[in-house]
Amino acid sequence: MNDFFTATVVIGIITSAVRLATPYLYASIGEAFAQTSGVLNLGVDGIMLVGAFSGFYVTLETGNPWLGLLAAVLSGLLMGLLMSIISVTLKAEQGISGIGLYMFGLGLSSLLFKVLVGSVKTVSAFSPVRLPLLGNIPILGNIFFNQSLLVYGAFLLVPLAWWVMDKTTLGMKIKAVGQNPAAADSLGVNVNAVRYFSVCLGAVLAGIAGASLSLSLVNLFQENLTAGLGFIAVALVYFGGWRPLGILGGALLFSTVNSLQLWMQVKEANVDPEILIMLPYILTIVALIVASNRARSPAALNKPFERGEN
Amino acid sequence: MQSNVNASASSKIRKARITIDWKSIGFNSVMPILAVLLALLAGAVMLLLLGANPLEAYAAMITGVFGSVSGLTQALVKATPLLLVGLGICIAFRASVINIGGEGQIILGALAGTWFSLEFDSWPGWLLIPTTIIAGFLAGGIWGFIPGILKARFQVNEILSTVMMNAIALQLMNLLLRGPLIDPAGVTAGTYLAQSERLPEQVWLSRLVPQTLLHTGLIIAILLAFVVYIFLWRTTLGYRIRAVGLNPDASRYAGISVPLNQALSLTLAGGFAGLAGVIEVIGVQHRLLEGITSGYGFSGIVAALFGGLHPLGLIPASVLFGGLLVGADKMQRAVQVPSALITAILGLVVLFVVGSAYLSRRWAARRLIAATKGDSGARLEAAPGMGMEVAGGEATPEEANP
Repeated sequence: MNDFFTATVVIGIITSAVRLATPYLYASIGEAFAQTSGVLNLGVDGIMLVGAFSGFYVTLETGNPWLGLLAAVLSGLLMGLLMSIISVTLKAEQGISGIGLYMFGLGLSSLLFKVLVGSVKTVSAFSPVRLPLLGNIPILGNIFFNQSLLVYGAFLLVPLAWWVMDKTTLGMKIKAVGQNPAAADSLGVNVNAVRYFSVCLGAVLAGIAGASLSLSLVNLFQENLTAGLGFIAVALVYFGGWRPLGILGGALLFSTVNSLQLWMQVKEANVDPEILIMLPYILTIVALIVASNRARSPAALNKPFERGEN
Repeated sequence: MQSNVNASASSKIRKARITIDWKSIGFNSVMPILAVLLALLAGAVMLLLLGANPLEAYAAMITGVFGSVSGLTQALVKATPLLLVGLGICIAFRASVINIGGEGQIILGALAGTWFSLEFDSWPGWLLIPTTIIAGFLAGGIWGFIPGILKARFQVNEILSTVMMNAIALQLMNLLLRGPLIDPAGVTAGTYLAQSERLPEQVWLSRLVPQTLLHTGLIIAILLAFVVYIFLWRTTLGYRIRAVGLNPDASRYAGISVPLNQALSLTLAGGFAGLAGVIEVIGVQHRLLEGITSGYGFSGIVAALFGGLHPLGLIPASVLFGGLLVGADKMQRAVQVPSALITAILGLVVLFVVGSAYLSRRWAARRLIAATKGDSGARLEAAPGMGMEVAGGEATPEEANP
């Protein structure tokens, strides 16, 4: 273990931690919007899978990762609309409808992959872009400023989401329908419209999160590519207390653990790989326990709104 | 309905009750069937868009299941774990707890059963079979207890924690199958297949139909469905679990501990999934191998929802979904349509079933308005619902007249 933490390895761990935080950031911030509006979308993993596949497939066919990203956005939007119809209009029990959406996404992405692609192929997708000036800073330049555009986008999303949530009328409306939909309704806010918007925004970001996996991190698609990452992303929203900055902290914590275990596998540290793979999942449970002490969840989370019920 | 209500005063209440009850039960079983048909239709559209012939695919599915004794028995073989997992899901849902941890709990049950029967392989069958099954139940129960107690003590969302427990269980199985539990024959042969040694023959469940995989586990599962029915509707403990799910506030007021009963229901759910795992091992595979869960932890949820979260409704539901799963395998072999299609269809079934619950609630509420004009006693009877926080009979004028 002592020779494990050399300078190269530590830099390697941090660099890939920054990269690996990307899907968590997109998916968790998106889910934060949905949950703040009062809708618990547990289908994030399924949306990510569909986004990852459509991004991958379109890039494979056209050679243009931007078109792939667009496909991921559109497929995320469609999945979001499906979730909204079931959870907002039809007021379904959100925990179960999310699981249904997950299974649908898992099955659909596997089906499309097997029929349209068949075998594992890699695509040439978003490659790292070294930023001028910043990218030339020794060590830090390599860690933070020599990443793909999707990675930069994920980190820019944090202040952007904070601004939308805390500083705009739209953000206030989203919070209002998540805290007290009846009051928001009486003030003329269209509760269902705001929830549709928030769920679809979250789903689009989940689609991008999937594309960031298949087009920026691993550059391929395989069945169940996400391996439950979307569920961890939902847990991160609790952990981050529904705030973009808190989510950033959680995402970095998780990606660091993930990157650490990947490096330990590569370096063949004297630990069973299965135990290393377990780590992020165990950490999620611990994170949920920690989050429970300071939970201030949106009051109307998981509660469909019906006029005249309150 | 109106004419019933307008009948003579003495028979008014009783008549209205009977009519409403019968209709809402009929309606509750029609909706899931419509949901499945709609999902299959959506699947057909997907197939068309992919350039496959949906009629050919579905025909291959149906003939695959109903065309032979082997197809039919395979459907029943798959119905067994679905029924067992589904029973646990029913208990959990009745207490308003959503157990997504079936996969992990199946693995733990299978692991415990494998270890136990290999460890005590000198025991005679009459002793080894029940103790092995109990070992599987307990191990699955522990895997359900952990998220249960986390929910009770720290309000940890059980959906997320059970998903994590699935991933942890999978890695645990891989670890054990690579190490302590690995088949020594595979090590000698140098193949290092990730599977356990073959279990002692006396622990194998006997076959119901010779030359097929159908085993006595099916009978155990059906008997247990009746046991769970009696447990939920005829015992104090079952009553408490249902009360917690139907109205947590009233339960708390009546001195029933909500967290404790939810933790208990999750533990029992884990135990039943564990049973599915151990019975799959001693009934079908006779050893532990990768992919032992076959996704039953998820498809069990679909079967449970389809069965109206009722242990007895679950019996036909499991057979139906067992048939669908077998049909998907046959379809893949016959017309090369990947069986992943069935996962997508199952997901849609879930979405449509929970989506339609609202429609049937509205429908019931509308009839309730009509009925309450003459009879307020029908309120309780007409409350449909799935044991979740659907707040069934809450009928407001706004709801009935959009």
